[in-house]
Amino acid sequence: MSKALLEVEDLWVRFASKKRVVEAVRGISFSVGRERVGIVGESGSGKSMTGRSILRLIRHPGQVEAKKIHFDGQDLQALSEKEMRDVRGHKISLVMQDPKFSLNPVMKVGDQISEAYRVHTNASKTEAKERSIEMLNAVQIRNPERVYDSYPHEVSGGMGQRIMIAMMLIPEPDLLIADEPTSALDVTVQRRVLQIMDKLVQERGMGLIFISHDLNLVASFCDRVIIMYGGRIVETCRADELQNAKHPYTRGLLNALPDIHKPKDQLSVLERDPKWIEDPSVDAFL
Amino acid sequence: MPSSNNTMLKQEPIALDIQHLNVYFGEGHEKFRAVKDVSISVAAGGSYGLVGESGSGKSTVLRAVSGLVPSWDGTVAVNGEPISKKREMSYCRTIQMVFQDPYASLHPRHSIDRTLSEPLRLHKFDNIDDRVNQALVDVGLGRSFRFRYPHQLSGGQRQRVAIARALMLEPDILLLDEPTSALDVSVQAEILNLLSDIRKTRQLTYILVTHDLAVVAHMCDEIAVMSHGEIVEVMDVETMRDSKPQHEYTRELLEASEGYQPEA
Ligand SMILES: Nc1ncnc2c1ncn2[C@@H]1O[C@H](COP(=O)(O)OP(=O)(O)OP(=O)(O)O)[C@@H](O)[C@H]1O
Ligand SMILES: Nc1ncnc2c1ncn2[C@@H]1O[C@H](COP(=O)(O)OP(=O)(O)OP(=O)(O)O)[C@@H](O)[C@H]1O
Ligand SMILES: [Mg+2]
Ligand SMILES: [Mg+2]
Repeated sequence: MSKALLEVEDLWVRFASKKRVVEAVRGISFSVGRERVGIVGESGSGKSMTGRSILRLIRHPGQVEAKKIHFDGQDLQALSEKEMRDVRGHKISLVMQDPKFSLNPVMKVGDQISEAYRVHTNASKTEAKERSIEMLNAVQIRNPERVYDSYPHEVSGGMGQRIMIAMMLIPEPDLLIADEPTSALDVTVQRRVLQIMDKLVQERGMGLIFISHDLNLVASFCDRVIIMYGGRIVETCRADELQNAKHPYTRGLLNALPDIHKPKDQLSVLERDPKWIEDPSVDAFL
Repeated sequence: MPSSNNTMLKQEPIALDIQHLNVYFGEGHEKFRAVKDVSISVAAGGSYGLVGESGSGKSTVLRAVSGLVPSWDGTVAVNGEPISKKREMSYCRTIQMVFQDPYASLHPRHSIDRTLSEPLRLHKFDNIDDRVNQALVDVGLGRSFRFRYPHQLSGGQRQRVAIARALMLEPDILLLDEPTSALDVSVQAEILNLLSDIRKTRQLTYILVTHDLAVVAHMCDEIAVMSHGEIVEVMDVETMRDSKPQHEYTRELLEASEGYQPEA
């Protein structure tokens, strides 16, 4: 694998209130090259906070601490807020988990995409509109002209998700952090959207962090997988080896999946072992 | 259209009968038909799956049945009674819906207690206190959650509150719009088990919208596939398992659900 694009060492994210401190991410280390890295793990395991902390997007009262967050040789923690804004969206894009929440409700979706494009390119209005409609087309939105002029509440769940993806891909970032980007898409559209991301990784050498709870999808789409539990990395493996994962937590997740070809009455649910919380975090370097 | 040959369910009366449903958005030349001539009937105690392309109108069908879209035609009958355009209170009780988005479906500034007790008060239930506690226990949350606010709950816990709210009113029919797509697989397993148990013990009728074909195969006897606002195929779950669908789009759907494949 080529030189790492992103290197993270001993990352912590904490939320302190008067009563107690919640440790959302607890000392994880990983790196991402020009490849597709999946992050899986149950709800609340710290996946989103990991993605957001890289871009310094943790809301108050959350606090981030790390020995190292380097992107393309640059120390992200040393950057000013202004320099960070330039990194965000331009070099590193984040597709957030709740698309409709992240869109401005009173602005037409097309104008929002165009604006994202113009901020980074100084393109003319007509050019930005053309490019935006192209992008909507690329993410398989039927009728992109109608959708361009729609407000967020007028589009379906999966359309909102693709609008966010279009908006984040239009500035051609070097690293894309995609947080559950396809959870609301039907599988055929999902495949096309993944193909676009895949192409950017293969042809432009983009790095991709793909956060998802869809184990089968991650196993077939990514190169490597990081498995998180309770703010730690409990296991990492090659994506095509996920079916043979060893950690009982990962096994529990795999067993909870319904299988189209193996019907059963009840699905198995995960039995948690308190020991998993205490086990040290596994490093996920290349 | 081929329909289910599940003989056990055939003997049950039809709980929900949707005939020639059309739903429109917009006005004049901007008018857009989001749902086109959709007909669905589900026997009492049955579980009917709706899958298909994003934007194909699945949520809109459920919203129309719930009375949440202004402009529609066709007929919707519940337990043999056609419903009027103006929904009666008793109708709201008979049909309940769990929405696609667990982040948006609970009022952010209402405690769980308020979220659950207000509909009970509106529908003039007695013993509200006991019912709220019982509803929380039924969905595996426990009473300690009663005085929390949505932002203090995880996505899975919020979705359970939404399910508790729907079940509390003792509906006959439950419309479930992607009830587990925002949840991780371990919580998904818990919620699907819960929904299966409740359907058995209370003889509920479900329509379940999902894009996860394994989930629909696990939960439903009969499955309709939508594309562009229309139902293009209805099949029973065995046909789906054997990958023997008729329509090209359904085949594409089944193939894509086997995992990612790079562009040919
Ligand atoms: N503002 C906050 N105050 C306290 N705790 C918080 C806050 N925001 C997040 N957390 C906690 O941080 C932990 C990690 O959250 P995170 O959003 O990263 O989970 P996730 O793995 O992305 O889960 P999901 O799959 O549900 O999206 C959770 O336990 C959550 O409760
Ligand atoms: N309030 C609205 N105003 C205008 N158009 C709408 C409105 N609600 C939905 N639509 C349109 O109706 C169509 C069907 O939307 P619907 O939400 O039913 O899709 P869906 O099948 O549930 O998709 P998804 O799987 O992405 O949730 C879409 O083209 C959408 O843009
Ligand atoms: Mg998350
Ligand atoms: Mg929908």
